[in-house]
Amino acid sequence: MRHIYLDNAASTKVDENVLKSMLPYFTEKYGNASSQHFAGQEAKNALEKSRRIIAKSIKAHTHEIIFTSGGTESNNLVLKGLFFNNPERNHIITTKIEHDCVLNTCRWLETQGAKVTYLNVDKEGFVNPKDVEKAITDKTLIVSIIHANNEIGTIQNLEEIGKICKQKNVLFHTDACQSFTKVPINIKKQHLDLVTLNSHKIHGPKGVGALYIKDGIKITPLTHGGGHERNLRNGTENIPGVVGFAKSVEVANSKDVEKITELRDKLIKGLLKIPNVQLNGPEKRRLCNNVNVSFNNIEGESIGGYLENSGIYVSTGSACMSHSLEPSHVLKAIGLSPVQSNSSLRLSLSKYTTEEEINYVLQILPKIVEKLRRISPLK
Amino acid sequence: MTLKYSRKVMENFLHPKNMGEIKNPDGIGKIGNPVCGDVMWIYIKVGKKKEKEFIKNIKFKTFGCTAAIATSSMVTQLAKGKNLDDAKKITRENVAKSLKGLPPIKMHCSNLASDALKKAIEDYKSKQTQKT
Ligand SMILES: Cc1ncc(COP(=O)(O)O)c(C=O)c1O
Repeated sequence: MRHIYLDNAASTKVDENVLKSMLPYFTEKYGNASSQHFAGQEAKNALEKSRRIIAKSIKAHTHEIIFTSGGTESNNLVLKGLFFNNPERNHIITTKIEHDCVLNTCRWLETQGAKVTYLNVDKEGFVNPKDVEKAITDKTLIVSIIHANNEIGTIQNLEEIGKICKQKNVLFHTDACQSFTKVPINIKKQHLDLVTLNSHKIHGPKGVGALYIKDGIKITPLTHGGGHERNLRNGTENIPGVVGFAKSVEVANSKDVEKITELRDKLIKGLLKIPNVQLNGPEKRRLCNNVNVSFNNIEGESIGGYLENSGIYVSTGSACMSHSLEPSHVLKAIGLSPVQSNSSLRLSLSKYTTEEEINYVLQILPKIVEKLRRISPLK
Repeated sequence: MTLKYSRKVMENFLHPKNMGEIKNPDGIGKIGNPVCGDVMWIYIKVGKKKEKEFIKNIKFKTFGCTAAIATSSMVTQLAKGKNLDDAKKITRENVAKSLKGLPPIKMHCSNLASDALKKAIEDYKSKQTQKT
């Protein structure tokens, strides 16, 4: 059976060139970057070259990038690392629409004495920069705001928020896992002090990420060991992963972004022709590969089940699919009722998505919706 | 997307039996699950065979996940033709067993169809006592 993968916000296919770039580092150039001999130096060179590529892509200095195991670790390192390094400033500002790895880190830090403000967003998912300004106190350590939301694709105005943070002298962090290589990130223009990046959302391998830490910012490491990554992230570096990550940044380009945007718009337009469907998230300033809709009165997991039966993979914000049996916190934050959240579907595209695939989805989905609505008692 | 469901669950989900509604039903059972938002409605038509009342026809409407739809479909099949006392005895476990099992997380949240059936039978009975 054919497979149409529309869950690229969860993870992506590794690009062929990325895979090719990684392979030598498993069986030929497998040295430890800390070793003094040639094999070690070969690994070290690959590591530093990769670091330069990542740094350049966000206009940072090379030494301001450290590699981690991914978005989750980078976000944990920022929040915990800063908190434990700054006992006199215990206030964190974030939003209600962060990824779980930020929210749950914040919740844990609250048990350790942190005070956290979770900012509201508007019905399209935007943070009002004025709310950030109002929330800042003399105890505020950091403002952490997701760049592009993983569920509804809202792209925040980092420049504006960054300006406020700079004026008020608080650190500014963004989780850019979803936006990286799709939306420009420029640490100077956006006044960013810390940036979380990862690889597996951009056709790189899983288990690799990076953290940009501006010169002069001190954080407490989560791991202690042999002094790797400026002693901030100890543990032998994942050279194949890091090399693949850098390659995935090199192969990313604006032509792909344009193509994906066109297909996304076609998909949204087609879906909105189905009766009683609403778009979740913004029309403008929306991540190029994100579509999120609610099909009123039917349930997301069962739509997904029928789609899967036709070989189409998507995801849902339905309570049914979460570990907690709670509807998505992001959809709740933009004002959706539990029923609307339970009927939501996220379809996320990639550079490998074709027009033919979109046409196929638009042919299949209305029939599924019609069938499930016939079963549904809700009107 | 979907959890690991048995083939029987998938069959009942993709090709549900007895879906829809009954015009002028003898009883309706409506049940909602506040935790995950499932809603199930069961309609029954009651017949008489040798003085015993039995479920002559049964249909369902469900808003819910794969498991919710599959359990609804299964409970209607288990109940159809049974006399009311036996139909009332159908349990969540019977439904799950007939579906060759449900994922543990779904045992409680989406397995309410037998409760909806009980409500439909009670609804029928209460209407009967009102009549007499
Ligand atoms: C916005 C966002 N932040 C963080 C993560 C976690 O990244 P990772 O899977 O690399 O730990 C993800 C993806 O899962 C994400 O979408």
